[in-house]
Amino acid sequence: MTDTTTTSTPIPAAPPPGSPASRPGSAPASAPTSFIGALEIDVRFLGMLGALAVIWVVFDILAGGTFLTARNLWNLSVQSSSIAVMSTGMVLVIVMRHIDLSVGSILGVTGMIMAVFQVGTLLPTFGFNHPAVIVLTLAAGICAGAAIGALHGFVIAYLGVPAFIVTLGGLLVWRGAAWAVAEGKTIPLVDDNFKLLGGGANGSVGEMWSWVIAVIACLAIAAAAVQARRQRQRFHFPQKPVWAEFVIVITGCLAVIAATLVVNAYTLPPVLARRYAEAAGLTVPPEGISISFGFAIPVLVALAVGIVMTFVTNRTRFGRYVFAIGGNPEAADLAGINTKRVTLAVFALMGALAAIGAAISTARLNSATNAQGTLDELYVIAAAVIGGTSLAGGSGTIAGAMLGALVMQSLQSGMVLMRVDTPYQNIVVGIVLVFAVWIDTVYRKRIK
Amino acid sequence: MNAATSPLAPGASRVSGTPMVEMRDICISFGGIRAVDDVSVDLYPGEVVGLLGHNGAGKSTLIKILAGAYRPDAGEIRIKGEKADIANPRDAKRYGIETIYQTLALADNVDAAANLFLGRELMTPWGTLDDVAMEAATREVMGRLNPNFRKFKEPVRGLSGGQRQSVAIARAIHFNAKILIMDEPTAALGPQETAQVAELIKQLKAEGIAIFLISHDIHDVFDLADRVSVMKNGKLVGTARTSDVTKDEVLGMIILGKSPPGALAGPGAATD
Repeated sequence: MTDTTTTSTPIPAAPPPGSPASRPGSAPASAPTSFIGALEIDVRFLGMLGALAVIWVVFDILAGGTFLTARNLWNLSVQSSSIAVMSTGMVLVIVMRHIDLSVGSILGVTGMIMAVFQVGTLLPTFGFNHPAVIVLTLAAGICAGAAIGALHGFVIAYLGVPAFIVTLGGLLVWRGAAWAVAEGKTIPLVDDNFKLLGGGANGSVGEMWSWVIAVIACLAIAAAAVQARRQRQRFHFPQKPVWAEFVIVITGCLAVIAATLVVNAYTLPPVLARRYAEAAGLTVPPEGISISFGFAIPVLVALAVGIVMTFVTNRTRFGRYVFAIGGNPEAADLAGINTKRVTLAVFALMGALAAIGAAISTARLNSATNAQGTLDELYVIAAAVIGGTSLAGGSGTIAGAMLGALVMQSLQSGMVLMRVDTPYQNIVVGIVLVFAVWIDTVYRKRIK
Repeated sequence: MNAATSPLAPGASRVSGTPMVEMRDICISFGGIRAVDDVSVDLYPGEVVGLLGHNGAGKSTLIKILAGAYRPDAGEIRIKGEKADIANPRDAKRYGIETIYQTLALADNVDAAANLFLGRELMTPWGTLDDVAMEAATREVMGRLNPNFRKFKEPVRGLSGGQRQSVAIARAIHFNAKILIMDEPTAALGPQETAQVAELIKQLKAEGIAIFLISHDIHDVFDLADRVSVMKNGKLVGTARTSDVTKDEVLGMIILGKSPPGALAGPGAATD
């Protein structure tokens, strides 16, 4: 999951990591000012990567070398996916100076809707494992999530009720609705294609496809750098030194390759591998067969969401407006931006992302329960905030929030490995959240 | 353009023809307080009209109605003689009305180019933001206004008062404004930058742009304006050509609400 950061960094126009190193010696016209701007983003992001590295190493030592294993890191990536997906939407909500306390409940109700719809309607209509089942299940869930979010957004933007209250109400309403959809029953999911979204041995792409994805990611990183450079050449803007570009691209590619090596190092247990190979019609050599998991599908879904959301944030009018509104709502209004419509759209998007999170977490559990996603809103908000999203509005990054989700999950799973009881885990997570925001506050003041 | 005509109607000036902007009998109330009460002003192409008054006289509110930020309770706005329906800032911009607000109305967390094109972004053929083209255009317009400006990649939060002001001005003039509203444009500026803005106003006026210049300080506008309209307590005290009145008389209009002989008295003029 380390590649969360690397695959999404090429998207922002600002120079990604590596530029701090490029400061000495490089002095093309007007570079100093753009460097400060670039450094602000990079220092924060690099700081988070550093914090994550520290957490990992410390846990590995405390948990007797069980943390930094391919298996644990692979699990970590899967466990982070659902929160990571939702945190990308929470960034936009918080950037616009709002909050969404209802995402956990939206996850619960949309998971329930998907399960009931799949079991009650789609399976009888299309039959077992028909490809239409997964497509329509997801479509129904995402539409329901977007509709719930849009309803929240409407009340917030057009009726003027504060987001805190609307989504606090939503937290109760949709949790209750999740119960009402199936009268409190737990609904098992049966479609095998849908279960792939949860990861597991079948829900991973395997060694070969992992490398294919890695190669595509590396090419994309390089292409993004070339494209950005070409764009700036078009108008004869000052350029970064070529070697700095190389450092960035190579660092990105190395991170992708490292992540791929890790997920491929996690292999099926020998017995399962043998059974799997036999089922696939492969001949099993006498010394046994090694089958790698590769990237888990939920992780790829989360990465895809991260890339799309980064694109939306940085390259579309909508993303620009979200940030402008967060920076100065009155100025955005005076500039002729329909701030109410943007607000509604942001909450609708948050709802749709909660539904994607629901698909991942229900598929992981193979069933939908009405308690699913309880307290997820807090983890999602914490991920966004640890990832550098300012509660004052106007600043935050998608990659940062996803990294924040990974930090939160690392803490939790590290403590599980250390056999810390849940109440103590909560104490630690709570303290870390406050501490992280304090550090961020200090950092922001110093930047000014 | 500068054919001499005698002031026959309120607001008439030596500039003849159809006014670029006419605001007629504008009223707006907020919570029972009449912020703008039956005010009429007009503005001709290539003319600078100073809108003067104390803080709280209703100048900014009047101008926000023209800019589309507020809808008036009564009255009408005519642009080039035709009735204009300005419901929001977007409509105002469609009529060629650009505004530099007293607060500058900049989004502090994004860079100069993003502010300059806010609401009117340049897009690539694929429907994505064309940041490079926007930066190029920003470099060009800022190069004219503030040649030393370099912080194109920095959020405008990190800019000095004068730089922020020039971003706000750049935004107003980049889109070929026909009518320019400048609300206290020099409030945040030092003497040298103030002189630059004065120079810019003369240049824009020479290009035929009609300018409303709002200030609470008569010295800022008297030398630049062709006419002044003075407001007090939401009412129009009067309108005068700057050549027909003295600074002291205009000060009398601002402070006492007394309309001098050289001015056309408005409904807000003191009666004795």
